Amino acid sequence: MEDTIAAIATAFGEGGIGIIRMSGEKSKDILDQIFTPINKKNLQNQPIVNRRLTYGNVIDPNTNQIIDEVMAVFMKAPYTYTMEDVAEIHCHGSSVSLQKTLALVLRCGARLAEKGEFTKRAFLNGRLDLSQAEAVIDLIKAKTEKSFQLALSQMEGNLSKKIKEIRAELMDLLVQIAVNLDYPDEDIEELTYEKQKESLLLIGDKIDKLIASANTGRMLRDGISVTIIGKPNVGKSSLMNAFLKESRAIVTEIPGTTRDIIEESMSIRGIPIKLTDTAGIHETNDVIEQIGIEKSKQSFNQADLIIFMLDANRPLSKEDMEIAEYIGEKNTIVLLNKTDLDVCISIDEIKKFLPNAIVLFTSMVNETGLDKLESEIEKMVYGGNLVQKESMMITNVRHKELLMQARLSINDALEMTNRMEAMDFIEVDIKRAWELLGEMIGETVSEDIVSEVFSRFCLGK
Amino acid sequence: MNYYIMNEYDVIVVGAGHAGCEAGLACARMGQKTLMLSINLEAVAMMACNPSIGGSGKGHLVREIDALGGQMGINIDKTFIQSKMLNTAKGPAVHSLRVQADKARYHEEMKKTIEGQENLHLKQGEAVDLIVEENQVKGVVLKTGSAYKAKAVILATGTFLKGKIFIGEWIYESGPNGLAPSTELGDNLRKYGLAMRRFKTGTPARALGKSMHFEKMQEQKGDDEIVPFSFMNDELDKEQVSCWLTYTNEETHKVIRENFLRSALFGGKIEGVGPRYCPSIEDKINRFADKERHQLFIEPEGLYTDEMYIQGMSSSLPEDVQEAFYKTIPGLENLEIVRPAYAIEYDCIDPLDLQINLEHRRIKNLFCAGQFNGSSGYEEAAAQGLIAGINAVLKIMEKEPFILNRSEAYIGVLIDDLITKGTNEPYRIMTSRAEYRLLLRQDNADLRLTQRAYDIGLVSEERYQRFIKTKMDAENEKQRLASIEVLPSVINCFLEKHNSAPLQNRISLAELLKRPEITYEILAEIDPDRPKLSRHSITQLEVQIKYDGYIVKQRQQVERFKKLETKKLAQDFDYSKLDGLRIEAQQKLNQIKPLSVGQASRISGVSPADINVLLVHLEKMRRKK
Repeated sequence: MEDTIAAIATAFGEGGIGIIRMSGEKSKDILDQIFTPINKKNLQNQPIVNRRLTYGNVIDPNTNQIIDEVMAVFMKAPYTYTMEDVAEIHCHGSSVSLQKTLALVLRCGARLAEKGEFTKRAFLNGRLDLSQAEAVIDLIKAKTEKSFQLALSQMEGNLSKKIKEIRAELMDLLVQIAVNLDYPDEDIEELTYEKQKESLLLIGDKIDKLIASANTGRMLRDGISVTIIGKPNVGKSSLMNAFLKESRAIVTEIPGTTRDIIEESMSIRGIPIKLTDTAGIHETNDVIEQIGIEKSKQSFNQADLIIFMLDANRPLSKEDMEIAEYIGEKNTIVLLNKTDLDVCISIDEIKKFLPNAIVLFTSMVNETGLDKLESEIEKMVYGGNLVQKESMMITNVRHKELLMQARLSINDALEMTNRMEAMDFIEVDIKRAWELLGEMIGETVSEDIVSEVFSRFCLGK
Repeated sequence: MNYYIMNEYDVIVVGAGHAGCEAGLACARMGQKTLMLSINLEAVAMMACNPSIGGSGKGHLVREIDALGGQMGINIDKTFIQSKMLNTAKGPAVHSLRVQADKARYHEEMKKTIEGQENLHLKQGEAVDLIVEENQVKGVVLKTGSAYKAKAVILATGTFLKGKIFIGEWIYESGPNGLAPSTELGDNLRKYGLAMRRFKTGTPARALGKSMHFEKMQEQKGDDEIVPFSFMNDELDKEQVSCWLTYTNEETHKVIRENFLRSALFGGKIEGVGPRYCPSIEDKINRFADKERHQLFIEPEGLYTDEMYIQGMSSSLPEDVQEAFYKTIPGLENLEIVRPAYAIEYDCIDPLDLQINLEHRRIKNLFCAGQFNGSSGYEEAAAQGLIAGINAVLKIMEKEPFILNRSEAYIGVLIDDLITKGTNEPYRIMTSRAEYRLLLRQDNADLRLTQRAYDIGLVSEERYQRFIKTKMDAENEKQRLASIEVLPSVINCFLEKHNSAPLQNRISLAELLKRPEITYEILAEIDPDRPKLSRHSITQLEVQIKYDGYIVKQRQQVERFKKLETKKLAQDFDYSKLDGLRIEAQQKLNQIKPLSVGQASRISGVSPADINVLLVHLEKMRRKK
């Protein structure tokens, strides 16, 4: 029996509605738990009819709170995309209600779908035809090379390094447990509950850090840090003030130098943001100025997002180039400000130095372009595109889900360690955590790669 | 080769060690006329190395063999001289029974059982060749020129096959324990295309107890309460003897280090691969140079001999060095060695050449078991012997093979590991090799296996009725405990006495039993009207109630595991024709011919991508039908 999977089926941040799709045996059951139809004629709740789009509310069964007003449809197997029972909830397009509804669905027993998993099920359940099956094999072949390339990319490399570290520590525990269990008579050091607890706490912390670095969740909780950089007089303060106008900000002056950096907390479209105006990063011999520059660099390095402001009215200067070079691969929005004057820098010019940056035109004087900037920031946050500070490595929902599950297993193991339960029981949970982390980096035999493959297959559709 | 046919059998078992005995008895008990050959009848069920049976993982195997109607558990229950349950401080899944055997008695008792077994014929004789026609085995030729025809043959040659003994620079052909080796059969097996390789193992010296000073060692006593191996015995009581613990020291290590070069192991004379988990003392000192001392146990070889086994001190050093280093050990200063330590090298096959029923891939109806398959240990051998015996019979009867999977039995883990992953050293079972350890407990081996063995006619009616009664008793008692509720006012005093938290509300006895500090025995005090149950029923119900949560968790894991296990692969499929598989995977899959995608996923060299190709292929096949 396959478990029931769920995911947001529509693209991030676009469209007036967002759809949550479930597939699997429990789809109907989960829908029944959280969806209450509203029938105007008959106040009695109606059962959901197969293949009929029904109007109603998503209600959290624990709090009886209405999450969203939605349309829902249930489609009985086998005449569905995956050939399993499928349910869809059409929510309002806002990310928050979609996320909340998805969270509810997961809480009620569904598992977050992996990328392309709906398509994979469609295939394995016999929905796709033979020629498509052939194409799948080609993709698998291509995928092994592709995943190798991916592993080379720094982000993946860092993550798998971290995961390997944690797995090595888990393995160490597993080995010690195994030795203790399988060689009771040998003259080897007994693994004490204290030692085991110590290791588990350490491992738990490391997993927590990785989870905390998973973007959207952390960002919505702690906010994202945005650093504005640019030469003097390109309009940085004006941008800051423009944001401030719409948001009740708390201004924090960081004292200590003559060239302070200014940090303000605000909320843009419901996302908490820590906005920092920097002093610049140019080379200088002035000792006091150097301190300010150090602070700027620090804030710059820790930022989730850089807003690089340029005077659109002037050609790119040497200092601009230096800043661009310093930015390198970081997530950047380039603002070509002062569009009220003549514009003499083109997007192409910028792309030469910052190929991945988003380039927008603004005029602080006319207050144009701000809306676009805000929506770009929103899109980046919900789209999971923001690469985080040095600890940020989890961009992928599946990774996060695996980490969370591993964390739960570690919790169980810790609890049992505290109760001093038998090692062989605790081992089950430690091993599970080890396997889950292995799935992240493809080191346990699972259907990991096929999932990735089918996610590509899905894209090509 | 010249030979004449003496007689015809259904099955011939070559070898009468621990694998051979179980194989022969299983075949005979399943109604087949069976011949058992041994190079020397003194070698029947000979314990050529340590005098103990059981231990972690191994004890589980003995329980499973017994639950399936094998002989090892019954035989050792009759002949042990010390019994110990290991790991009792840990969970019930790793409780492991280990006993010291009286080696001579063990051999005699097994030999007597075999001699008395209907359909089973034991003969002293050295098998030198097989009769093979059209890739199917038809019989066995003996050194004397006599030959016997058979429908199936089971090879369980142990360490006899081209056996070679190493004691320092001295090397000579020999079987274990000074018995004659089997020199011709190995070469003839190569002739039939069986790929052979060399493994090695070793054994320590035996010395006389009267030359030892036990006052310098720590006594290791048996348990007061004896748990039998066999499900056929509920209580056993007997006099037990002690083992003794002592340690090596810097002086021992110095003597050994100075003589490294004289060891057969480091002299490069041994080509065979030895087990990592059972290294010789010179190997231990070489690899763990920092360790200041190594422990050794002195274990009696039997009640009617003064010979002692020096456990932990196997060696391939020459006798003079052995004498010198053993004597540096406290208590062994005046040691009188009666048999020197030696290393032995022998022919075995690559178990990847076997099918899951332990039949060889290249020669039909030829089954293989024990050390011949690359395993080590009496228990591992016996387990394979039993399964090879069962499957030889089922093959003759043209019935489905008897396969235990990894979630059913350690025997399943053992065989699946051997034939799927292969092994580069003599394979030893460990509880860590099992994915579902919590289910594969020694207390429930009968619940897991006895019904299955009964269904194929191996389990006696007596054993089956006993099994049903134990099971029913435990079930009924579980229900009774769940139905009796106790009031706080009545039992809080009792709970306090046993350091258990007082109750707020009424609770059933079953709930109470879930508390770690409360046992079924303790509950007797507040449950005077309980039925009289066997020790085994009590263990069963106690484990089932106490660990229910964990067991449920593990069952869910098994369900996940079974998803890939139920995706069957055809045995005649040519994987080199499957586009998308990497070459290494094609070769491995063609060699091993896994039965299921699950098994394929455990083959080293088969990647997750290859598994996906297989899944796609299966789907295509299904669609074409």
